[in-house]
Formats: sequence, C-alpha cells, structure tokens
Amino acid sequence: MLLEVRGLRKVYQGKERQVEAIRDLTFGVDAGDLVCLVGPSGCGKTTLLKCVAGLLNPTSGDVLLDGRRVSGPPPGMAVVFQEYGRSLFPWMSVRDNVELPLRQKKLPRARRRSMVDDALSSVGLGDTHDAYPWQLSGGMQQRVAIARAVAYQPNVLLMDEPFAAVDAQTRADLEDLIRDLWHKLGVTILFVTHDIDEAVYLGQRVIVLSSSPTVVREDVDIDLPDARDQLHTRAGNRFTELRTHIYAQIQAAKRESTPGSTDAARDTHLAKQVLQ
Amino acid sequence: MKALLGLLGLAGLLALVEALPYTGLVSADFLPPTHRIASALAGEVGDSGFWHALWDTFVAWAIGLAIAVGAGIVAGIVIGTVPGLRAITASTIEFLRPIPSVALIPLAVLMYGTEIQSTLMLVVYASFWQVLIQVLYGVQDVDPVADETARSYGLGLWARIRYVLWPTALPYVMTGVRLAAAVALVLAITAELVIGAPGLGSRIAVAQASNAVPDMYALVAVTGLLGVAINLGARRVERRLLRWHQSVRGEVVV
Repeated sequence: MLLEVRGLRKVYQGKERQVEAIRDLTFGVDAGDLVCLVGPSGCGKTTLLKCVAGLLNPTSGDVLLDGRRVSGPPPGMAVVFQEYGRSLFPWMSVRDNVELPLRQKKLPRARRRSMVDDALSSVGLGDTHDAYPWQLSGGMQQRVAIARAVAYQPNVLLMDEPFAAVDAQTRADLEDLIRDLWHKLGVTILFVTHDIDEAVYLGQRVIVLSSSPTVVREDVDIDLPDARDQLHTRAGNRFTELRTHIYAQIQAAKRESTPGSTDAARDTHLAKQVLQ
Repeated sequence: MKALLGLLGLAGLLALVEALPYTGLVSADFLPPTHRIASALAGEVGDSGFWHALWDTFVAWAIGLAIAVGAGIVAGIVIGTVPGLRAITASTIEFLRPIPSVALIPLAVLMYGTEIQSTLMLVVYASFWQVLIQVLYGVQDVDPVADETARSYGLGLWARIRYVLWPTALPYVMTGVRLAAAVALVLAITAELVIGAPGLGSRIAVAQASNAVPDMYALVAVTGLLGVAINLGARRVERRLLRWHQSVRGEVVV
C-alpha cells in the first residue's frame, strides 16, 4: 500500500472551545489507484487532505507514505488546490510557475525547460508559456496548476476540490484530462470532491465520509469500465445506481449529524437497496 | 490633458508670486516677485558652490535612504517571519516610531558634529520606520494558499522568502520606499539647515543670513523640484517592478 491513513484524528484547539474535525479515519490507497473522497460539506475533507499532504499535523494517528510517517510535506507528493488563483503566483509567468518546484529539485536548466514544455503541452497549454496566470481563464489557470504538479513528477497527486470553481463544461474537460493523465503517468491520485457525480465518474474507488467529526462511512468500489466518457458513462445504469447509492449515504450522514433524527436508518437502508 | 492642467496650475502660482509684491499685500523684501527669484536661480545654477551643495544633499539623501531601506527590509522580514518576534517588538516599535527625528539633532551634533554622519543619522532614523512598518504589513499579507503551495512543493524557508514572501511584500515595500524617500529629503534638508552640515539646507541658511532673499527662494524651489524628481523616479521603479500587480496591470480581458 502506497498511502496509508491510520486512526487519523484532528482537533482544532480554539480559545473557547475545541472542534473535533476528524474523529477516526483509516483507509489506504494502493500505488496507481485513483481514489475519490466525498462527504457532506464541512466534513473535514480539506483538513484530511492537509494532514495527508503534511501541511497540518494530526492530533493523533498517522499518515504513512511508502511506509514512512509523514511529518512535513513529503517529496514525491504534489497538491492541486481549489483556489488556483491563489495557488499560482501572479508575479511569475506560466513557465516560471511550472518551473519553480523543479528549481528546488536542482535539475539542470535544459532538463527543466523540456519538463515544463512537456507538462504544459500534456494539459493542452502549448503556447501560453510567457503569459501571466491572471491573463488566462479559470479553466486554463487550473490547467497550469495541474501542469505544475505533473512536471514535478510526483508519486502521489492530491487534489482538493480542484474543479469546484470552474464552469460545468470546463469541469467535464478537466475531469477527462485527469483520467487521461492518470492513465499516461501511472500516478496515484487522491481526489477530494463534494460532487458525487464527479467522484463516481473519476474514481476506481469512492470513500464516503460521514459528517464532522468525520469517520469513513463506506468504501465503494466503482465497477465501471476503465474507458469512460462524459456522454455514455454518465448515462449508464450502473453509474446511476452508484451515484444514487452514494447520494443516499451522504444524505444519511447529514441526518445523523442532526440530533434526534430518525431518517438516517431509512436512508442507509435505501442506500443498501439500490446496490442489490 | 491632465499634465496640461497641472502646468496651468503651476503657471498660476508663478503669476501669483509675481503679482503679490506689487499689490502691497506682502513686502518685496520678504517675497520677491517671480522674475527676481528666477534670475537668482540662474545665478545659482552658474555657481559651482550650488552644484556642490546639491550633490552633498543628494549623497546624504541617497546613502541615508539606502541604509534605511536595507535595514527596514531585513528587520521587517526577520520580525515578520520569526514566530513571536512580532509580539515582542510591537510595543518597542510603537514607542520609537513617533519620536521625531529632529529631536535627535542634539545627539547627532554631540556624536558627529557638522559632518555628513549627522545628517545620515537623522535621515536613517526617520525613513527606517516608514519602510519597516510597510514591510511588516507586507509580510502579513502572504496568502496562506500560496504559502501552502510552496511548502507542498518542498520549498524551504529561504526559497519561500525569495519566491513567495518577497513578491507579496514588494508592493508594500515600494510604498514604504516612496514614503521614506520623501521623508529622507525633508530630514536631509532639515539637518543641513539646523546643524549646518554641507548641502542645500546650509546654503539656504547662508542665503537667509546674508539677506539674499531671492536666492533663498530659489534654493527652496530647488528642494521642491528635487522632491518631485524623487517621487517621479520612485513611481517609475514601482510600475516596472509591479507590472504583475493588480494596481498596475489594470483590467484584463479573459
């Protein structure tokens, strides 16, 4: 197992009160997998991702990458953030943005140049090297951020709701881009989203999280064929079944977090029915 | 159009100064008409002593500003990035900052007499705070997402300062430098005027003492022109360095 999360717990210590964002999370991701994490809004998805990325220290529990405990941002891991406008540096051209992490790797200049070229053309941005990120559309900016991650040649790619801020058509294109890059590069991807359809469309597995304080609610295998396309995959029966199942799980998770609700059991029951 | 209106305003002022002594509202002994100031200025320009004084003032200004900017930037980045240091230094900074530089004149005279160091001390003290405060604001403005991005790509502290913190703080730094440049000129002239360190300030004092009133006005006008030139230069540098920044790049069509 390449990435392992064991008994992860994160409590934010405020002045007045403490907030338990994540209670107990355990799951693993095999090398080369594409796993999606979905959960109701505010369930600590971003907290989890930051703990995995080594940007945040968990209160207890471990994140293991290749058997080694993550205590800071590990080499070989790249993160694509939702806020591409803030994650890309406006004072650098597209080329410099993509190149910056490579400079830290102390690669020779010519090698960096060809890696940047390859990464940018792999995301369909062959001719924007000298533009500034803010001169590009939102979808193109996120492509630059993805190119930066690709150029870094990570073993694990973490994506934190990367397409939440782009329009629906661009989002569909970017989803296909991610599947495409995943096939080509053989990289392991952990993809956080609140969009159930996106999770089912992209993933081999979808891990459904509960409401905060968060635990793993269900680990769903997505048994759709590997070749996916926006038109046919989404129209298929199996896709509908899976998304309905996960939707029901998330609804149940939301209800459970509301004290005194009796509907949770019904939704869980419904969720089970759908998959039979 | 804007420049034209500006020139019109300036012409108005010159005309007013020309006319005022003739109205009897002010005595021509204290406010000579424009043409006399202009001819005094022409006389100054032909005098090598004037150019020496201008050079001395410029040197004191430039060296003082350079020291203040360098120290302000380094101190600001250190205070802003070392955890806890901001809280420790905040009250001290708030205490030292409002002390007027001119209050240090006696000390400067004690330490350096009428040498250029006296001027430098006052210039540096006054402009340092302008830069420091702006750098502190700038360091605080670092976007957490940008910083997390840099950290996740394995950028160390030095690289994050170089590629994230510094560009973020640069607009603030430039504001600080512009404010400091103006303050530095004020203090350079003040020091020369009061202490008698060589420069335009002491030349103004000499002109006043020898009752060369038009020359005095001419020199005052030169200090004003110097201030305008410094501000224009600083703005040019700012626009060049910050062409990526919202305030400079303007609206972008995407």
